[in-house]
Amino acid sequence: MSKNSEYLIERENKQYEVIIGLEVHAQVTSESKLFSQSSTKFGAEPNTQVSLVDAAFPGMLPVINEFCIEQAIKTGIGLKAKINKKSVFDRKNYFYADLPQGYQISQYKYPIVGEGKVILDMPNGQKEIGIERLHLEQDAGKSIHDIDPNNTLVDLNRSGVALMEIVSKPDLRSPDEVNVYIKKLRSIMRYLGTCDGNMQEGSLRADVNVSVRLKGETEFGTRCEIKNVNSIKFMQMAIISEANRQIDLLEEGKEIDQETRLFDTKRNETRSMRSKEDAHDYRYFPDPDLLPLEISQELIEKIKSDIPELPDEKKKRFIDKFNLSPYEATILVSDIETSNFFEEVIKNSDVKLATNWITGELFAVLNEKNLEISQSPVSAKNLSKLINLIKDGTISGKIAKTVFEQMIDGDQDPLTIVKEKGLKQESDPKAIEELINKVIENNSDKVAEYKSGKDKLFGFFVGQAMKESKGKGNPQLINKILKEKLNG
Amino acid sequence: MSDITSQSLFELTSNIKEKKLSSEEITKAFINRAEKSKKLNIYVTDNFEKAIDQSKKFDSNPNLDFKLPGIPIAVKDLFCTNGVRTTAGSKILNNFVPTYESTVTQNLWSQGAILLGKLNCDEFAMGSSNETSFFGNVQNPVGENLVPGGSSGGSSAAVAANLTPVTIGTDTGGSIRQPASFTGTVGLKPTYGSCSRYGIVAFASSLDQAGPMTKNVRDCSMLLEVISSFDQKDSTSIDYKRNYYSRELSKDIKGKKIGIPKEYRVDNMPDEIEQLWKNGISYAKDCGAEIIDISLPHTNYALPTYYIVAPAEASSNLARYDGVKYGFRSPGQNLIEMYEKTRSEGFGDEVKRRIMIGTYVLSSGYYDAYYLKAQKVRQLIKKDFDDAFSKVDAILTPSTPSSAFKIGEKTNDPVSMYLNDIFTVPINLAGLPGISIPAGKDKNNYPLGLQVIGKPFDEQNILNISYALEDKINFKNDISDWWLSE
Repeated sequence: MSKNSEYLIERENKQYEVIIGLEVHAQVTSESKLFSQSSTKFGAEPNTQVSLVDAAFPGMLPVINEFCIEQAIKTGIGLKAKINKKSVFDRKNYFYADLPQGYQISQYKYPIVGEGKVILDMPNGQKEIGIERLHLEQDAGKSIHDIDPNNTLVDLNRSGVALMEIVSKPDLRSPDEVNVYIKKLRSIMRYLGTCDGNMQEGSLRADVNVSVRLKGETEFGTRCEIKNVNSIKFMQMAIISEANRQIDLLEEGKEIDQETRLFDTKRNETRSMRSKEDAHDYRYFPDPDLLPLEISQELIEKIKSDIPELPDEKKKRFIDKFNLSPYEATILVSDIETSNFFEEVIKNSDVKLATNWITGELFAVLNEKNLEISQSPVSAKNLSKLINLIKDGTISGKIAKTVFEQMIDGDQDPLTIVKEKGLKQESDPKAIEELINKVIENNSDKVAEYKSGKDKLFGFFVGQAMKESKGKGNPQLINKILKEKLNG
Repeated sequence: MSDITSQSLFELTSNIKEKKLSSEEITKAFINRAEKSKKLNIYVTDNFEKAIDQSKKFDSNPNLDFKLPGIPIAVKDLFCTNGVRTTAGSKILNNFVPTYESTVTQNLWSQGAILLGKLNCDEFAMGSSNETSFFGNVQNPVGENLVPGGSSGGSSAAVAANLTPVTIGTDTGGSIRQPASFTGTVGLKPTYGSCSRYGIVAFASSLDQAGPMTKNVRDCSMLLEVISSFDQKDSTSIDYKRNYYSRELSKDIKGKKIGIPKEYRVDNMPDEIEQLWKNGISYAKDCGAEIIDISLPHTNYALPTYYIVAPAEASSNLARYDGVKYGFRSPGQNLIEMYEKTRSEGFGDEVKRRIMIGTYVLSSGYYDAYYLKAQKVRQLIKKDFDDAFSKVDAILTPSTPSSAFKIGEKTNDPVSMYLNDIFTVPINLAGLPGISIPAGKDKNNYPLGLQVIGKPFDEQNILNISYALEDKINFKNDISDWWLSE
């Protein structure tokens, strides 16, 4: 990284560096929960997706959902991580109303996935973020405090849903890197189909560890953990606010207490949740209801063979094969739906035009209408038709924009629009010559001025010719013939 | 024909199959005797009305291919029974009615058995005398004011008092074998993983096993055959081929090598226990078995190991009883207060003691010294048995270091109570099968048991050895029916 892109917080003549590590909780894409057969579907009526196991009835036992294991392995492979052939489920013991068992089944000492890495594409180059581990655990239920004034209500639909906790090394150094990291992680998991990454539905949340140190210092400072932040924007706000709080303390000569904090989004500040002294003693121990998890090499190989092309590989292919710039490739591969759309479009049309149209006009429309590419109002098929109409000279780029605007309304075929509206480009040299002759005839004074050296008037003639052609004249042809006539 | 309730399971099933008795007659006989036996405090919840209906239903269209055709059976109140209150002997589950059935009890009903009711036990199976039950202590039919053992005390007393032909208990550290020994009955703890734990209120998950409690070894083999099954709902259940234990039962144990572990000769063991053991050894020899002295060097560490592992698991297993979802709740001003009041009022002293021990040994800073070390010792204890079983086919020991004691005698001395499990806990720690059979009496005429320990999944072998010894010992439990009321 070049010096000038470093994220540093300044105080008088001192510069502080911010150290960030994330514990991302990603909901495993799976029909049923980690240890029961209840559905995981989002948005159901409260307590309608709860089995006796999820509600921890006496004598109920967890039975591992093998699909969730495969999903975790798949994610591990996507993070270029070590898959541990033996891992152990532990009980994390604490009392809470939405934790029916009185413990969460998690993995403590022996996680299913070990060290891996994620590559970030930053404006000034790539940066590697280390992954410490990935482990499987159950989600808790939901406590609802604002329906009944006197009671807390509990919804156990989420209770027992499988989560992957992905722990990064403290390698992140700025809110921007956090943004790119979360998006990259989300992108990899969406490519793999292991987590839908939907932050609104809580499928992706994170605990953020923040510490600060003077630039040049090599030891880490005391860190604070900000619990359960559920959007990238809030993560960034929380980091900035927490880093400044810590720096203020240091500047006042005070010490930072290692503690767990909460981010108050309304006041844009973190506040203490519990100090290290009050930290829970979770009394982890191996869950005696579950045997250690043993994974065969065959299963790992089988899953490996099913791994689709991931963003980093796809980006390289786009650059090598289609001659895209790294910037364009990064944008196109960032989301699997986008890259699929792009590849669908270029099956039958020009790559360069497709790249420009997707990242330009199409993205603008999606942004404006707040749509995902999977909801694109223009299909890949019709966009590629439009591109071909430009490429073969049937319409100009400018006309194409008019056509595109109409295509949005109900994914209309561009050729139909061109025919119906008579937008076909005039590319017959004779016709063009005729209308240019007309323009020259009608503007003899301007021609004289041009010939006497007023070169700028050329644009005026192009405009007049275009007007005469009702916008349909082939611009290249108009230019060429005008030049011949005026200069000849 | 002898009195219905004193018949063995084998006799009752034969009489039903030969149509000499109906299910209704048998069911009513046991109910009638139970009505007159309230003094023993054996039942927590009865299912008498429904049982009679079911017996009539059975008789109207009897399926005689069943292994337990129309046989009424009462079970320990630790098994969840669909629609019938299940308390685990605790106030905290006083009002709990499951909507589901444990696999082991389901196996009984699937073979034609009928639920008579739920039997008293120590609270959450924590105890060796049935005195920790919220529903009061149980009288041992052997003698007034004598404990029936525990935790399956209601179960052992019910079999000894002829209130159920057979029953099932659970055994975490001796809870089937010790009460069997105290009541002159037979109790078998199967290999860990033989009987499903699904639907059994958990005490210590890595140790808990359900098993048969019966009048004799043959009944024991019949019942084990029904309850032992692979179950996908229990991840620790093991898929292996189970024997037809009753069909393959044999007294021929000629050439079997039986080990005698020197470490089980504990200090201050009563002479009569020593004598009982010697008698057992000589009977085994008479049957043609070869006696081999063996060593289980880590035996001394079994009890402390057990009293770390079991409470640790229990402290976590019992966290679910928090007043939020089901069972007893004592209201509070806030969540913490509700928890504190519910659990203080809902659990008894022994359960609280073990939750505290378990919480302590798992705590940060103590985990390595206690829990982790105990797990290592557990492996050593297991290895002792593995080594021994490379030389012998089974191991013979006393079941308990004493006979039944008086109610109240040990309630203020938990350690002396825990010492009762000294011969039984190593078997749970090693996950092995063990059976206690009545083998004699002490000077007070109270029964004493011998324990036969087998290799994993070798229940058939210990049943056969017990069957041969039972024949030689010819134990008679003369119980006077002193408690009966008119």
